[in-house]
Amino acid sequence: MSLSRILAIVKKEVRQLRRDRLTFGMVVGLPVIQMLLFGYAINTDVRNLKTAVTNLSGTHLSQQFVAALRQTQVIDVIEFTGSASALEDKLRRGEISIGVFIPADFDRRVADPTRTAVQLLVDGTDPTILGVANQLRLMPFGFDTTSAGGARSPLLDVRPYYNPERRTPVNIIPGLTGVILTMTLILFTAVAIVRERERGNLELLINTPVSSAELMIGKIIPYIVIGLLQLALILAVGRLLFDVPVRGSVVELYLAALAFVAANLSLGLLISTAAQTQFQAMQMMVFILMPSILLSGFMFPFAGMPLVAQYIGEALPNTHFIRLSRGIMLRDASLLDMKADLYYLVGFTVAAMTVAALRFNKRLD
Amino acid sequence: MESHHIIDARGLTKQFGDLVAVSNLDLTVERGQIYGFLGPNGSGKSTTIRMLCGLLTPTEGSATVLDFEVPGDSNRLKPRIGYMTQKFSLFTDLTVHENLLFIAEIYSYPKAERSARIEQLLERYNLVAQRRQLAGTMSGGQKQRLALACAVLHHPDLLLLDEPTSAVDPQSRRDFWSNLFRLASDGTTILVSTHYMDEAERCHRLAILDHGVKVADGTPLDLRARTGMNIVEVIADDPYAAQVTIHELPEVASVTQLGVRLRVLIPESFDAPLALIEKALRAQQIDARVQLTDATLEDVFVAVTLKQPPGDS
Repeated sequence: MSLSRILAIVKKEVRQLRRDRLTFGMVVGLPVIQMLLFGYAINTDVRNLKTAVTNLSGTHLSQQFVAALRQTQVIDVIEFTGSASALEDKLRRGEISIGVFIPADFDRRVADPTRTAVQLLVDGTDPTILGVANQLRLMPFGFDTTSAGGARSPLLDVRPYYNPERRTPVNIIPGLTGVILTMTLILFTAVAIVRERERGNLELLINTPVSSAELMIGKIIPYIVIGLLQLALILAVGRLLFDVPVRGSVVELYLAALAFVAANLSLGLLISTAAQTQFQAMQMMVFILMPSILLSGFMFPFAGMPLVAQYIGEALPNTHFIRLSRGIMLRDASLLDMKADLYYLVGFTVAAMTVAALRFNKRLD
Repeated sequence: MESHHIIDARGLTKQFGDLVAVSNLDLTVERGQIYGFLGPNGSGKSTTIRMLCGLLTPTEGSATVLDFEVPGDSNRLKPRIGYMTQKFSLFTDLTVHENLLFIAEIYSYPKAERSARIEQLLERYNLVAQRRQLAGTMSGGQKQRLALACAVLHHPDLLLLDEPTSAVDPQSRRDFWSNLFRLASDGTTILVSTHYMDEAERCHRLAILDHGVKVADGTPLDLRARTGMNIVEVIADDPYAAQVTIHELPEVASVTQLGVRLRVLIPESFDAPLALIEKALRAQQIDARVQLTDATLEDVFVAVTLKQPPGDS
């Protein structure tokens, strides 16, 4: 053992680290950015859940009740609708997370301590939202003092939709599908070009008549097929082992997945044109994977995040796919109900592919 | 119709930051020639070849290759040239046959003739037995033959070879050169870079590069005839002592020891080179035989890459 030799190694490592800006970024940037971002974003105190209200009673008391609900700031009433079925519709399309249904005999029900007065229709695809609804149920409301001392059954009746048994796999698997596909697919293409650069194949390729666009498209097609096979595998395992249903159209689910797979692969290619080595590509991939898990609505509901985190989340393909997969698999929503998310994925693919093809110069300088 | 100049470069210059890799290079290569680039590592050979393929944009100057402007028109040039990179650049995880097939497809080689062409290449480049072998597991010589087969598959008019023989044994080098001569006799123009003198000797024409500057240009015979130096061979009992003595003479441009022999370069402007050396050695009581000899390409190389003219040290 020689201390000076150990020191020689240490000094060499530090010198190399200083010159490797990306690793330096990982050492410093990753903890700071992620602590800030996720520290604020990971917030189970969910506020401003998108809510629609159907008030068939219309009495002064019922309006007072809605005002009290709003005051909790847990819900953000974006709409009033005329019927319970309209609420269900909005829930299915993913426009709202909670529907408040106030029946015509609201006042009478409030007066009777044995009865519940209001139904909360809750999107059960997100377990956190369900938890919030349950908290809401236990909250005392100001006018609920008529029966002084006497214990009354809760005013609110929570009705979880789409996952009435409240089984975790049902909630997790549609989102997990997105996470798994993100993880594997970005990596496939992220190393695709860098690997050829490292091995020297690229100098040969760019000397052939092949164009940048041909190269890019040719590189992602096999992985699109692989991505769709992966989806089949995930769905089969989900079905057989965890009894997770696909309530909507399987074809539509595959269409959504196709757009998502293409978006991930294009993002990978974009990374590949920026990275100099396979290791760098992996490092960049971490910067995308972490938010794709934490900010996409997979782990924590979108509504609870600060605006900045929501913006980042909105930029990530996974966020949009999770909305689509939860919608189609659990809520029997159709793609047409969620066009915006589908369009985003398609637009993302086109943009990323274009930038990747432009960045990929058939020159070495 | 194209001119008979396959490559025509004027004032080609490439800078990477402060480093001038190639400086003001003029180059004319005629059809059917094997044109050599001779120079040490870092002399700008690879950079020049890359500029001629359109892979690098010249900082200054211009070049036409097969009458196409590079890099502007390099997309139309690519189908007409073959390029063999310095580092083996085929796919190590594909077999020999798969690599050839891929190249055939990328160059849109006519489908009907593809397999016949591949068979012909396997035959010609002695790769029939390796057909199903992964390229990564082959020897240096086999890899090199595969790389050449892939570079010529689409019948390019111009072949650019960047130090093709730097990783192979002498026998493979000889075989490789006989392949090049066959290609040249079939009408392919070849630009090949090397740092081997014996290979440079085989070229029809030769440019010597040093620190990015072309310091000589001509046929090997020509270059050897006009070194501007008298070459003196000294065979001494103590060659090291002789070298030290000769090195101190201000007239001497260069001394190189080859075993017991010394090669001494003295500019032609100095008279009586033999007498000069003999006198100096006698003064140090070193026994030696001294005679004039013909210049080799190595002498040419030494002569043209001398930094300072002899006499002012």
